[in-house]
Amino acid sequence: MSKVRVLVGTRKGAFVLTSDGKRENWDVSGPHFAGWEMYHLKGSPVDPNRIYASQSSGWFGQLIQRSNDGGQTWEPVGNKFSYEGVPGTHQWYDGTPHPWEFKRVWHLEPSLTDRDIVYAGIEDAAIFRSSDGGQNWSELPGLREHGSGPRWQPGAGGMCLHTIILDPSDPQRIYIAISAAGAFRTDDGGKTWQPINQGLHSQYIPDPKADVGHCVHHIAMHPSRPNTLFMQKHWDVMRSDNSGDHWHEVSGNLPTDFGFAIDVHAHEPETIYVVPIKSDSEHFPPDGKLRVYRSRTGGNEWEPLTKGLPQQDCYVNVLRDAMAVDKLDSCGIYFGTTGGQVYASSDAGDTWAPIVRDLPAVLSVEVQTLS
Amino acid sequence: MSQQANRIRVELPAHLRTLAQVKGEVTLEVAAPVTLRSVLDALEACYPMLCGTIRDHDTLQRRAFLRFFACEEDLSHQSPDALLPEAVISAAEPLLIIGAIAGG
Repeated sequence: MSKVRVLVGTRKGAFVLTSDGKRENWDVSGPHFAGWEMYHLKGSPVDPNRIYASQSSGWFGQLIQRSNDGGQTWEPVGNKFSYEGVPGTHQWYDGTPHPWEFKRVWHLEPSLTDRDIVYAGIEDAAIFRSSDGGQNWSELPGLREHGSGPRWQPGAGGMCLHTIILDPSDPQRIYIAISAAGAFRTDDGGKTWQPINQGLHSQYIPDPKADVGHCVHHIAMHPSRPNTLFMQKHWDVMRSDNSGDHWHEVSGNLPTDFGFAIDVHAHEPETIYVVPIKSDSEHFPPDGKLRVYRSRTGGNEWEPLTKGLPQQDCYVNVLRDAMAVDKLDSCGIYFGTTGGQVYASSDAGDTWAPIVRDLPAVLSVEVQTLS
Repeated sequence: MSQQANRIRVELPAHLRTLAQVKGEVTLEVAAPVTLRSVLDALEACYPMLCGTIRDHDTLQRRAFLRFFACEEDLSHQSPDALLPEAVISAAEPLLIIGAIAGG
């Protein structure tokens, strides 16, 4: 029988939530790495028992943990992330040049074909790759050395590379996103990169249509349509049907198009989910109502999903990596909040129930569908 | 002629004890001269999972929110090549690696 394993990263540890395919009763394991910030955990699609986790702390810096038994036990692996060559500078908040400095790993993306290959998105923005299960890390410097690098600026949360999407149809193609530089794509396995921000319009930068400088919050792709991408930008929900070459807005009737998380239904590539957040200074849902919005038309036409979610006095946030879907039929949707709740829907968003209510602030949610 | 190794006592912060899977103090064999650098080199050699958690991988600078105390003195700002107090070298006192009180 199928099982679901939900990997939850929080401000003070990691939790592993498991259930059978009914997704009604959950076992909660954790906190793992109690007291540490767990920005992201993700399992290998090749070997689901191989899980990578980013563990960090203001005191002790960055660690990478690896599990070979589905998160029951862990071992620390390599944590040395050294930029290639002389890192140079990017822009600081005040516009002055600021040297590139490693701060933390935001996102880990295991290879689709090899359990020992894994990518890391870091702050200050760069992408690293390990081909030995996380023991050693090498930068793919072509991204940071893209000519626009000196113009990149940190978003409010730091200059983080937070999204890595591997194209299942083309092993040479990778998409990434950086706050606040924008989205980039490589078609040669990471040697060279090009910004893919045409069509984005950001009024908070001097040139709203600039090639870089956009605060992209997250990107999602359905594996059956790797040329179609959905983006939650700082403001605006966007869509591209040509691998990011051009984007158009699909915010439609959303109550606000600010937000962080976005994801795609596992079996319906035109069904997408966002969690509208009131504004960039008010990081909570409009009107105190926690609503997931679903579009079954690939954007523009959205419906609120509210059953089982708090509809009054709710002022939590849902961060960019804190929403995920399972592959069961019907598709399960999961998201975590800064208030420590992890909500699940086993009917594609029609109804919701909390799996847990009182975790530390949730930073990331990933789901594994196990047979 | 090989230099005689000293047995040095080091007390780690709780989170690093968990990471290194040790309880209480650790004892290290450290060849003279016994300095912060040589003690940390020995510590990281015995417990490689601690690399990067106390000092930067590349610059070897102390991480900002950690402090080195011994004999009721703050040694954090002294040269990493300065000799540690005699009481540490003789193992009468431990070198304390402290997580600074910071944050909320």
